[in-house]
Amino acid sequence: MEVFTVLWREFIFFKRRFFKITTSAIMTPLLYLIAFGWGLGKDIVIEGATYMHFVIPGIIALTTMNTSFNAISVRINISKLYEKSFEYYLTSPVNMKLLALGHILAGAFRGMYASGLILLISYLFGIKIRINFYFVLICFLNSFLFAAFGYGAALSIESHYDMSRFTTYVMTPMSFLCGTFFSLKNLPPLVKGVIGVLPLSHTSQSLRDIVLKGQFDHRSILVLLIYSVVFYLWGIAMSYREVK
Amino acid sequence: MLINKRWSDCLIEIDGVTKKFGDFTAVDNVSLTIKKGEFLGLLGPNGAGKSTLINLLTGLLKPTSGILKIDGQVMSRNNMKIKKRLGVVPQYTNLDKELTAYENLVFAAKLFKIKDYEDLIDELLETMELEEHREKKAMNLSGGMQRRLMIAKALINDPDVVFLDEPTVGIDLNGRRKIWDILKYMKTLGKTILLTTHYIEEADYLCNQVCLINEGKIFKKDTPDRFKEDLGIYTVEYFDSEMKTNYSYFKKKEEAEKYVSNVESISCTIRKTTLEDVFYNFTNRKVV
Repeated sequence: MEVFTVLWREFIFFKRRFFKITTSAIMTPLLYLIAFGWGLGKDIVIEGATYMHFVIPGIIALTTMNTSFNAISVRINISKLYEKSFEYYLTSPVNMKLLALGHILAGAFRGMYASGLILLISYLFGIKIRINFYFVLICFLNSFLFAAFGYGAALSIESHYDMSRFTTYVMTPMSFLCGTFFSLKNLPPLVKGVIGVLPLSHTSQSLRDIVLKGQFDHRSILVLLIYSVVFYLWGIAMSYREVK
Repeated sequence: MLINKRWSDCLIEIDGVTKKFGDFTAVDNVSLTIKKGEFLGLLGPNGAGKSTLINLLTGLLKPTSGILKIDGQVMSRNNMKIKKRLGVVPQYTNLDKELTAYENLVFAAKLFKIKDYEDLIDELLETMELEEHREKKAMNLSGGMQRRLMIAKALINDPDVVFLDEPTVGIDLNGRRKIWDILKYMKTLGKTILLTTHYIEEADYLCNQVCLINEGKIFKKDTPDRFKEDLGIYTVEYFDSEMKTNYSYFKKKEEAEKYVSNVESISCTIRKTTLEDVFYNFTNRKVV
């Protein structure tokens, strides 16, 4: 089955690049923890919790988003534009829906791996946070939907340079605006409404609510599921668009 | 246009196929048939439409108009039954650079849902003289080895039809000869092969049928020898006072010799006509 074939290949890639993948997955969240956690937020209390407890769920949401998106978009981008190995799929008897699912799951697992590393680091920082089944599920959905977005994005572009448009206009604004580092409560209602629709806002808020309150708005799971399905379908459509 | 009944013994049928990219017509109303076991060379200069035709046949492109059939079935991106019977070696390297030679073949076997692939892969690596390099990453193989690995990848499903799009481009002489041997071996297995190349001697050496294509149009399909006979098996090549090389073609050597005796030139030779002469005469454009 195509899903396992792709996962097998991505696992080989992961094994071969284990050290590089791990260090790059640690670096950015580690800097965020040092800057915003230790440096800025040592004495700050937000929503009844220390800033470190407040910011870690946001950093996990942010990292799963970035890692999943980059893991898949770079791989697909290279295989489409440089290695030209993506065309091999198009001339082979493969089911594109399953092929896309395999790639997206591989990206999602990379996101989950990165979130596990952050939790490990935060424990090393002495911060223990509450994790339950829903915490893992939301992390996975966030990873899946952004891996699917990365898959579609990589196939939708014709030049590697175009990839930065997604980073500049979609990923970076979401990184900072979707309640990862600050509470959305104080934003003007209109801005809050717009940002509230974005998937990362649901992930950040849900993870934070689980960590700080032990409960969250279950409708967020539905929202993340809808985004996952929409991006997955978009990715499949982009795969078929390769046949010109 | 309906496929003619006389084409029914053909494995590949291309009927009135046109492919446009915007205003540019890459393939222009091409009709062509390829019989089972035929080794057809598609000759043409860069941009003639060779790769576009291959991409249409492998389902990578959709025709603007016309029909492409393989074994009686219309080729489309979703025709898995046909795709299972095709082997494709594209012009550019399509290997997974991070995987080893062996893993590249395992990956291909898994995509084609081949279960017992171990012996098959060993055999392919041996045929391609890559056994010693099986654990090397594809990125660390030489250009010739990468090409041979691509051919092995294309043969993983024991295809009935193999498409080779300039398989020896950028390969040194030794590497090219090795690939030629492999292609000749494939020919003995009875595979139907469509080869595009702009190395004319390659087509002359390997193909039992040759097709000339330029500006998206097919001029003629015949055996290499018939092409030469039709043009004249003797070529007189001479350099004139305007610093230009001229070619004249003759059916008989005596005619060529008589012609030479009347030519005023510092350099004048009689030689056997090559397929390159045929191509040059057709397109009036030398293939590099």
